[in-house]
Amino acid sequence: MRASPVARGEDGRALAPFGRRRALVVSTRKVGAYVLLELADRDGPQADPGQFHMLATVTGWGAGEDERPFLPRAFSPMGSSGGHLWFMLEDVGPGTHRLTTLKKGEALWVTGPLGAGFTLPRTASAHEAPRGGADAARSEARRPILVAGGIGLPPIVAWSRALGERGRSDAVLLLGFRDAAHALVAASFSGAQLATDDGSSGHRGYVTELLAAELDRDPHAQVYACGPAPMLEAVRALVTARDVPAQLALESGMACGYGACFGCAVGLAAGGYARVCVDGPVMDAALLSEVPAH
Amino acid sequence: MVAFCGLQLAHPIVNGSGTFDLIAARRAFGDVVLEQIPFSAYVSKTITLAPRVGNPPPRLWESPAGMVNSIGLPNKGVAAYLAEDLPQYAALPVPLITNVMGATGEELAEVTAAVGGRPEIAAIELNVSCPNVATGLDIGAVPAELEAVVRHVRSVTTKPLIVKLTPNTADVSLCAQAAEAAGADAVSLVNTLRAAPVHPDGTGGRWLGARQGGLSGPAIRVVALAQVAAVAERVALPIIGMGGVQCGRHARDLLSAGATLVGVGTESFRDPAAGVRVARELAALSRVGPPGTSDRFPAATG
Repeated sequence: MRASPVARGEDGRALAPFGRRRALVVSTRKVGAYVLLELADRDGPQADPGQFHMLATVTGWGAGEDERPFLPRAFSPMGSSGGHLWFMLEDVGPGTHRLTTLKKGEALWVTGPLGAGFTLPRTASAHEAPRGGADAARSEARRPILVAGGIGLPPIVAWSRALGERGRSDAVLLLGFRDAAHALVAASFSGAQLATDDGSSGHRGYVTELLAAELDRDPHAQVYACGPAPMLEAVRALVTARDVPAQLALESGMACGYGACFGCAVGLAAGGYARVCVDGPVMDAALLSEVPAH
Repeated sequence: MVAFCGLQLAHPIVNGSGTFDLIAARRAFGDVVLEQIPFSAYVSKTITLAPRVGNPPPRLWESPAGMVNSIGLPNKGVAAYLAEDLPQYAALPVPLITNVMGATGEELAEVTAAVGGRPEIAAIELNVSCPNVATGLDIGAVPAELEAVVRHVRSVTTKPLIVKLTPNTADVSLCAQAAEAAGADAVSLVNTLRAAPVHPDGTGGRWLGARQGGLSGPAIRVVALAQVAAVAERVALPIIGMGGVQCGRHARDLLSAGATLVGVGTESFRDPAAGVRVARELAALSRVGPPGTSDRFPAATG
């Protein structure tokens, strides 16, 4: 199966086909606390790491608690190639419940890829701007540190693979989970450092402690992170205090995913709001004064 | 073709204001959204005199067969809208309707006059679902208040004026009559129904950052049908009917209730190209003929 060619917008992002399209479940697999979902999306272009898709099932959407879900749900794929999409899901509400009970052959509505993904710094970051000249080269040389917390794993996995394909073998992968059942999904990432809140697997504590240790070792780094809001806020505070550039993949409830509803507003340090769906979901940490809980 | 306020539109499906941002959609999907715009006229989100950042999050709540929003009308203000956004609509292949709001009749007239001077704008829709800070009354909810404000706005523009009626009033048909008496060219309804979701933490607080918002989606479809029918009985103005439209059948029902055009809103969130689908399904229904015909005489119609 062959994926459609990728059309790109003025800012370089992969554009989505206009409208929702049908995709079929190829496989589902339970790995610890998560469900891995593979879709055949033959009409979809390959997504950039950090971009996301809006998903809804064709049948049974609205058949859950309180007659929900009604709106599609946003998920960033772990992989997107050859007309296939791979997602990681955890049953935490009516939308994810329906999606985690999908069976092979069932149909979904898919819109995407949407939003702006991770980027290698093309120019100097705001931190380095006053130094001038060789900043782009310095940014390029920064060691990528990839930080994932729990359900934030998928875009980090996709970005880790993309960095590997670009020859960045120096990238460091830090993964944090609640417990061993959630950490089971990390077994396939042999080079990663692992932390669990309860110490049942890897370092006992938060993944941000692993990040702090890595930055102690070599602060000339570029951080990429995705995870729950409190974790992202801890990452933001850490990199801000140490003047390290970071790109954060944010999550937000959103109705549409393409800038129509203005529901996914995130407050900016400079005042006002950005839309997570079109201005993000990957945003420069320096743009935010905090990662909000909602 | 459908005639509406002097405009000739290709089909009866338009967007509800604030439910489709062409500029953002172009960032996500590319120029195809302009070339294949799902609507026969494009209605902008609400523009105000001064810029607004919008309400504090959370701004959304999902409810049975619908959603509640409290976005707070973020926009860059009328001057920046005219200078920055309007040029981006140059390639728009359908008429542009600009939706405006003001906190007083004076302010609404000022914004209307500003957009009314631009030839790119085919018609103006007035968002009157807000309190008048000068009188303390909800402009769109009190017929006398609405009539005074629309009369004032009417005097500053010759462009077609569409009054977007609020459903949060005792009798929407009285408000429609007030709009008609004041010189409006059309009315659109329904706007969202006022709603206040409670925080799921069980403490009894409100979920939305702005405490309350508006309900939209299929949950309000039958309310829209009732209000459109009530307005159609009282006024001769053309009506843009909207509320929970998800398919051609829903659009046909609103047309049957008295609407000339039908707005698609929340369904565009679930399917960005919903307007295309609704228009196509509606056209297919029209070709079949009046509903029930084929059911009653299956043999005769073959």
